[in-house]
Amino acid sequence: MPQDWLLPSADALAARLPDGAKIAVPHDTLGVAMETTRALIRRGIKNLHVVCVPVAGLQVDLLIGAGCVATLETSAVTFGEHGTPYRFHDALRRGTIRMLDATCPAIHAALEAGRKNIPFIPLRGLLGSDLVVHRPDWKTIDNPFAKNDPIALLPAIRPDFAVFHAPYADRVGNIFIGRRRELATMTQASLGGALVTVEEVRDVDLLASEETAAGTLPALYVAHAAIAKHGAWPCGLWDLYPTDESHFRRYAELARSADGFARYLDEFVHVGRQAAAAE
Amino acid sequence: MTVSRQELLIFTIARLLKECRSVAVGASSPIPGAGALLARHWAERETPSRRLFLTILGSGRLNAMTSGGVELFDMAAQGRIDAFFLGGGQIDGQGNINLVGTGTYPRTDVRWPGSFGSAYLYYLVPKMILFREEHTRRVMVPKVDFISAPGPRNDGVYRPGGPIGLLTNLCWFSFDRIRQRFRLETIHLGHSLEEVRDNTGFEFDVAPDIATTSLPDASTLADIRGPIARQIAEAYPRFVKQVFPDAA
Repeated sequence: MPQDWLLPSADALAARLPDGAKIAVPHDTLGVAMETTRALIRRGIKNLHVVCVPVAGLQVDLLIGAGCVATLETSAVTFGEHGTPYRFHDALRRGTIRMLDATCPAIHAALEAGRKNIPFIPLRGLLGSDLVVHRPDWKTIDNPFAKNDPIALLPAIRPDFAVFHAPYADRVGNIFIGRRRELATMTQASLGGALVTVEEVRDVDLLASEETAAGTLPALYVAHAAIAKHGAWPCGLWDLYPTDESHFRRYAELARSADGFARYLDEFVHVGRQAAAAE
Repeated sequence: MTVSRQELLIFTIARLLKECRSVAVGASSPIPGAGALLARHWAERETPSRRLFLTILGSGRLNAMTSGGVELFDMAAQGRIDAFFLGGGQIDGQGNINLVGTGTYPRTDVRWPGSFGSAYLYYLVPKMILFREEHTRRVMVPKVDFISAPGPRNDGVYRPGGPIGLLTNLCWFSFDRIRQRFRLETIHLGHSLEEVRDNTGFEFDVAPDIATTSLPDASTLADIRGPIARQIAEAYPRFVKQVFPDAA
């Protein structure tokens, strides 16, 4: 029987995300929704505000290169051992994105405030860092409960949606996230909940067992899901499949130039467009 | 017997971690990871055997966190991480580190990945070890272009932690929190004070009893090349293939 939460494809999922949306996305090893990312580029989404939890990788370089991003909020942009984010560097040089540099625990804490729907949260560290100089939205106050104790305040982050990829959903749309609790935090902080792709939908009830319930994001928080086999590719997904290193090398070669990046999009993102042109 | 540069650094890091109960290692840090594993190996062999809790980001097995990525930072705030490692595209003589880039922010001339957790952990972890293999005037600068995390200063900010020193390919500096300066403690075999001076862009003090950095003995080297190399290979297979091909 058709269910309202389950959409037919990542493209249908991507259609639910409006231009200008603020989205929270996890870093490369947690379950990145790469098929959804390709679908967003295909649909030509514009002016995204991307909040990286807590750092960015290939997904963000692709979205920036394709002109989908207005604001990037992250603690780092890195492919680790797998190359250089050239499209991000190019956008910084040309000043085409607004950059909100952060530090990992600040993003975690601001999302925590978001899930509680409180306006701000204090955080240790930060003071004296140039990050604060360039983040006028971060304030410093004196701890009202003690003397001589300055502390930073961060406004809550409330994204419109959390967008990620997970191994599976159960029959009613609960999502298995294992110990990746930040996927729950960023989803609960999001006004619209999660737009998730999964490898498969299993005919089970995740909440029926204590062992799986502890690693479950309840369906209440899930706006929509779609099945996308290898939906994190070329990023890896937990212990299910590894990072496709040769693809990352290919990307790093092509994305060095704008022309090469356009060829990459034609070959790996706008696959349908190419096939239609050939007919 | 020849000791490689990496083996000396792993051994030196393990010695710095000797009394620790809990050590965390961040992203892209195979040498600190291997050093922490060696320190754990030593702790296990004490009588009675002592536990050293290790959190290696990027590892599946050497990582016991169950509350998501925030747990590392919460552990640090709780005082449950004794030692951590940070590098820097630039490091200056006051212990400020820059992980963002050179030139004028945000349109930097060179952009590095970003500050990661440095603007938090640098204040909170008691044994913050600065580790940067490249020791040149490009890295060791008089003043960083961007302060990702500031060195300890008298600003009234809550700071139970901070840098204890800086380990490079050439030497080990301790950091004096009162003087807010590095002090050259030991120079690695084959290098000289002159070489350190030539390649350091900031002023530093020199210990009166300056020595050569201790070398690992034969049995320690065998541990590094055998069990330690095999354990770190789970998180850093490429590193092990390059540096310890026999263990790969």
